[in-house]
Amino acid sequence: MNTTTEAIKAASPMEEEALDFTPLTEAERSKIQQPQRPSTRYWPEVWNRLRHNPMAVFCMVLMLIIILLAIFVPIFSPYEFDATSLMEKKQGPSAAHWFGTDSAGRDIFTRVWMGTRTSLVIGFLGALLPYMLGMIIGAISGWVGGRVDMIIMRIVDIMLCIPSMIYMILILIVMGGNAFSLIVALAISGWMGSARAFRGRILQFKNREFVLAARTLGATPIRIIFHYILPNILGNMAVGLCSAIPGAIFAEAGMSYIGLGINPPATSLGQLATDGMKYFMTQFHVFIFPSLVIFLIIFALYMFGNALRDALDPRLRNEDFVIRRFRREKRRHRAERRVRA
Amino acid sequence: MVKYIAKRLLISVLTIWAIATVCFFLLRLLPGNPFILKDPLHMKNAERMMAYYGLDRPLLEQYASYMWNLLHLDFGYSLTYIGRSVNDVIATYFPITAQLGLQALLVGIPLGMLLGVLSAVFRGGKLDYTCQITTILLTALPSFVLAALLQLLFCVKLKWFPASQWLSFKHTILPTFILSIGIISSHCRSMRTLMLEVGKQDYLKTAKAKGISKFRMVFFHQIRNAILPMITNLGMEIAGALMGSYIIEKAFSIPGLGSYFVTSITGLDYTMTLGLVVFQSVLVVFANFLVDLLYGVVDPRVRIQ
Repeated sequence: MNTTTEAIKAASPMEEEALDFTPLTEAERSKIQQPQRPSTRYWPEVWNRLRHNPMAVFCMVLMLIIILLAIFVPIFSPYEFDATSLMEKKQGPSAAHWFGTDSAGRDIFTRVWMGTRTSLVIGFLGALLPYMLGMIIGAISGWVGGRVDMIIMRIVDIMLCIPSMIYMILILIVMGGNAFSLIVALAISGWMGSARAFRGRILQFKNREFVLAARTLGATPIRIIFHYILPNILGNMAVGLCSAIPGAIFAEAGMSYIGLGINPPATSLGQLATDGMKYFMTQFHVFIFPSLVIFLIIFALYMFGNALRDALDPRLRNEDFVIRRFRREKRRHRAERRVRA
Repeated sequence: MVKYIAKRLLISVLTIWAIATVCFFLLRLLPGNPFILKDPLHMKNAERMMAYYGLDRPLLEQYASYMWNLLHLDFGYSLTYIGRSVNDVIATYFPITAQLGLQALLVGIPLGMLLGVLSAVFRGGKLDYTCQITTILLTALPSFVLAALLQLLFCVKLKWFPASQWLSFKHTILPTFILSIGIISSHCRSMRTLMLEVGKQDYLKTAKAKGISKFRMVFFHQIRNAILPMITNLGMEIAGALMGSYIIEKAFSIPGLGSYFVTSITGLDYTMTLGLVVFQSVLVVFANFLVDLLYGVVDPRVRIQ
């Protein structure tokens, strides 16, 4: 008996407390019965985790600043974004022109934020629209199944094989170079991936119990998809969108580089960077400022997407933190052993 | 197995046929005429050229003859470059584009996977953070901006590499690097996620409980299972890399297929566009086909079905 107690004492980290068999008082019991962690719902908790991730907060603030600048600078700037001034051409950054002027004397600060406006609109809508289109088509394909599914999936396969550049160029030639036709081009060339992903999701949830229950109660397919399936995949969709926006912004920039982007006098970041490249060696500022803004936007979105993905996954809750603490402990143990030896 | 391969082959051929058909009619929907674009004054001339290339015949007849030629692997003559066949253009410039793409893949896939594995194994450590942040930093610039900056640094300031053209191995280093950045970062990211996902499986716990070494566990248990889903995308990636990137080819003035592709669409060079699209779709379809076969070899579970 005595030896067993000794053994327990040695093994247990709690030592004395573990052997205290006196009944609990009322106050102690209520304290124990209280939950360890305040109960929360999913989305508030996600927000909480995002709020405590310094990188995510930094990215959100950065995006907010960029969006505000894109909205307000073209309104309050003393210069028009397309007004030329031959007296002031090819100037470096100064107090009057913060980012300098280009070869036609246009104020680059105003132009960059005007271009950011266009690029952000193309980025957000050009990512959202193909996503929505793919979602609808994928939902139909997955929900209806059978022959419809097969036909839609074959169409997706075929369209995926055709280089997306061909749709983009064709649509831009037919509809002209403006933000609207770029968004349409992105929607038509980009819906296939999300259709395939969304179909997979629908198939995954279609035969789950809660969907079956909703069906038995007479919910319509649209209600089931929006009320029962969508909340389950909303997080994944948000992460997907975060990484699709940079894709759309890059596509616009690439098209501008080819010479098929937004037509002047309207402008975009891709077009400004491409234009600046001509004077790359002599006037570096014309090139670097638009590129820098693209860089900041994309960086913020990617980092935020990463943080969002971590925040959305309840399995990842504090896992990194635990691992880091474990490593620290291990290192301390090793150091202690070395000291003893 | 033979039956499966035969079925897949049939589907592949049908897919290519469908792509050729869709693109054939899609291109003809475009407004304009390939010859008037270049020479607005000579309507008569354009008509004669249209007749010479058989473009004045009924569309279905053109389609039939195009398909018949396609069966003989003849892509026809370019409308822009007089006397030059599309086969000739592909034979001349595809090797250059393919070399660039293959180099980028050979650098990108192993390096990306290695970084992904390392950042999963040392998760939460310094290496993990450096990997994530560097890949994001490098992919956050459009490739033409990155190309210009690297050219300025390595070619103008340091004079390590030539700034453009495609003459020796030295010329290939910078474009390969820029093309492989995207591959590295996507592989690193997906490999990391897959490794972590596999790491939660029960069979790994069992293996660990049985006391195998960390090295053995990572290399023989974790990586083998994490690699499988990555193979699915390999076909598309290989085909995409082989067709190269027009933007990088333009930035380094590499004489590849990309520029022909873009100028042929804007210049309404129907046969050239169609030829290149069909050629690319053949690459994609057969790369996917080979990858599916490979999947059966790598994953025994697929073979049983």
